[in-house]
Amino acid sequence: MHTTVTLLADAPAQLLPARQLMAFTLATHIILVPLGVALPLITLVMHHRGLRRNDPVALLLARRWSAVMAVQFAVGVVTGTVLSFEFGLLWPGLMGTWGGVFGIGFGVEAWAFFLEAVLIAIYLYGWRRLKPRTHFLLGLPLPAAALLGAFGILAANSWMNTPQGFTLGADGKPEDVHIWSAIFTPMFGPQYWHFVVAMLITAGYTVAGVYAVGWLRGRRDRYHRLGFTVPFTLAAVFTPVQFVLGDSIARSVFHKQPVKFAATELVWRTDTHVPEYIFGRLHPDGSISGGIKIPQFDSILAGFTPGTKVTGLTSVPADDRPTATQATIAHWAFDLMVVIGSLLILLALWYGWCRLRRRRLPTSPWFFRGAACAGVASVIAVECGWITAEVGRQPWIVYGHMRIAEAVTPTRSTSLWIMLGLVIVVYVFIFGSLLAVLLKMRTGWRLADARRAGERTEEPEADTPYGPRSRVPAGDPPSGGGTGAGPAEDGRP
Amino acid sequence: MIADVIAVVLLLAVTAYACAGGTDYGAGFWDLTAGGTERGARPRWLIDHAMAPVWEVNNVWLVFVFVIMWTGFPTLFQTVFSAMWLPLALAAIGLVLRGAGFALRKPLRRIAGRRLYGAVFAIASLLTPFFLGAAVGGIASGRAVPGTEASAHAWSNPTSVLFGLIAIVATAFLGAVFLAGDAARFGAPDLVGYFRRRALGSVVALAVLAAVMLTVTRSDAPHVWHGLTHGLGLGLVILAGVCSVATGWLLLRGSGAWARVTAVGVVAAAIIAWGAAQRPDLIPTSLTVAEGAGAPGSLRWTGLVTLVAAVLVCPAVAFLYWLDTHGELEPLSDTDLRRTEPARDDPTEHN
Repeated sequence: MHTTVTLLADAPAQLLPARQLMAFTLATHIILVPLGVALPLITLVMHHRGLRRNDPVALLLARRWSAVMAVQFAVGVVTGTVLSFEFGLLWPGLMGTWGGVFGIGFGVEAWAFFLEAVLIAIYLYGWRRLKPRTHFLLGLPLPAAALLGAFGILAANSWMNTPQGFTLGADGKPEDVHIWSAIFTPMFGPQYWHFVVAMLITAGYTVAGVYAVGWLRGRRDRYHRLGFTVPFTLAAVFTPVQFVLGDSIARSVFHKQPVKFAATELVWRTDTHVPEYIFGRLHPDGSISGGIKIPQFDSILAGFTPGTKVTGLTSVPADDRPTATQATIAHWAFDLMVVIGSLLILLALWYGWCRLRRRRLPTSPWFFRGAACAGVASVIAVECGWITAEVGRQPWIVYGHMRIAEAVTPTRSTSLWIMLGLVIVVYVFIFGSLLAVLLKMRTGWRLADARRAGERTEEPEADTPYGPRSRVPAGDPPSGGGTGAGPAEDGRP
Repeated sequence: MIADVIAVVLLLAVTAYACAGGTDYGAGFWDLTAGGTERGARPRWLIDHAMAPVWEVNNVWLVFVFVIMWTGFPTLFQTVFSAMWLPLALAAIGLVLRGAGFALRKPLRRIAGRRLYGAVFAIASLLTPFFLGAAVGGIASGRAVPGTEASAHAWSNPTSVLFGLIAIVATAFLGAVFLAGDAARFGAPDLVGYFRRRALGSVVALAVLAAVMLTVTRSDAPHVWHGLTHGLGLGLVILAGVCSVATGWLLLRGSGAWARVTAVGVVAAAIIAWGAAQRPDLIPTSLTVAEGAGAPGSLRWTGLVTLVAAVLVCPAVAFLYWLDTHGELEPLSDTDLRRTEPARDDPTEHN
């Protein structure tokens, strides 16, 4: 962090803690987003399979995933609310000046999120009382609500990258707002589809990874097989799509945010026949050390011919572009994302080959080792993608219009540092608890399954998947209720 | 014109958050005061059951309030968040702890863990409405002027503290009334009386605080005081009073369902009265609705998005509440998530 400190020496003192706080809360919230956006879809696919084929194992998986959804959505709700507070607490200048122009995206998001919260509540709590068909149909709009929510957020973020839809008045404030063009900015399409598919892939690989671990440990029953194949297939199908989308967004950045592109590709001077660097480090004098240099390749990637002219960082004054360190960070994040994406494609191809050609799962333990890591790798890729997008935009909060230093709160830096410390403590507590709860749920289910397997093997699920459940044994507390609440015969006091 | 409409939408969103979220906070308040593990077990069980399906939805109203603020009235948003930095930051932390405490308490089995998360949830339920109320008090007393930097003055003053206390008592009141109804719904007659007594206690406390507020604001926030004692503001104050008397009467008579309506009426009328009292100002004496309004284009779109969303969301929320109050929503228990019910003699199943 010390390099960042020196970089910001002449910036307001509160800028550094404000950025760290925003970065920290976003980076943690973003871990929950893939599951929030795509887990409902994956669960519904499994749910559909369960209903359609009358498959109790699939229904069991869908129920368990919905229980995971409940906890992770709850934590996502609160970390998301914190972000909306932080727009005001950290960047009042941004919202005060531009809120009227790009805030509408958040409006769409808020309502979509509202709808999602309602639908999720109905879906989660409807398993026992609603009719199976009604219950499934009520869950069906969930993915659409999630897509709508992502639409709002990405509209706001892409506007910050390529702001438009307003004219500047004499006082430098935006006037004459055209919401339509403020939502559908040039970066919106590429960012949106890249994001949505990233969420789907990440959630798919994460869920599948859990069962890949079980598979590696020798739990090779139908339950693990199904829990692995459904999400993994979804993710594997979309991985090549993501490659195309990733290429398209990089090209959009090249056209619409050339300086950001220069930062992510470490291009110092505007030129043709620009080489591509894989990793490597940019120094303030423009030299690059380390990394692998591929001659001409950057120009080829950007415009398909070596003669393509690529804008360099020096095309704008030094204080209008990311610093050497920031460019290096964006570049590394970008390269790491590409490397992970490429590895995931190999994994997806391996899987596709076995499934389509040989009609079975791959047998190699190395495939399952890879699959077990794919979820974590995709989360890292998501973080990297976000770092690329946000650090590459420096020093602008609204590209070309407002610097981060102009948007920051006037609050004393001490308060912000204390707040950052407090938030870190609180988040460590919450995310630690979330992880502990999820692991505990998994262990509990595994124990229950193991016990069942020993008792009655012919019938995987004796309890009805729908409707009021059978009697709770005395001593087991009522669902979600206080311990020692004294449950009566039917499990309810 | 359009700015006034959006201002009304903003006020209604605040009201919705105060009523829906407030009921939630109230549940947390009664969780805090329910007593030890043994004694408080049954009220806590009811609180868990009653809140679980709806608390996330109730939370989202606040996000919507912010969105309307920054899209429709960017200057107001900037002013409030700059001047009220500390209470709002604390409220944000309170919200995180509260949500996480509640959500993570449920899957826990061990008493110690449940106690810890329960305490986090309950204490945060007390502090969050206080700080949000204090921030509102700062606005009502006109202490946040555009350009005001974060200062204790903006929120630690008689009006702010009083608003914070009223927020706590109002949420406790709503929570008790709703929980009394829930107790009847979940078939726990002993808890009906338990929460009814608490609801009656809090309506009295609320009346006392309201009286104190009218005397304090007279000198501390004269603009709002004037609005509350004249015209539309006065009418709404009287409506709130009538509603609280009606709530008390309905509670004594044992009519749970209608008591909920009048209880919401108390809080809604009080908040709309505050809005009416300070019109046409967003912040009394320093920022009018017209001055604070964003670009007309954004305002129209905010209105349109609100309208479309209202068409989509209102039936959904109504449906959720309908399902919830008709006992159609029940959480999955561990038993549902196993292939069959657990063996009875397994010690690991018992906490």
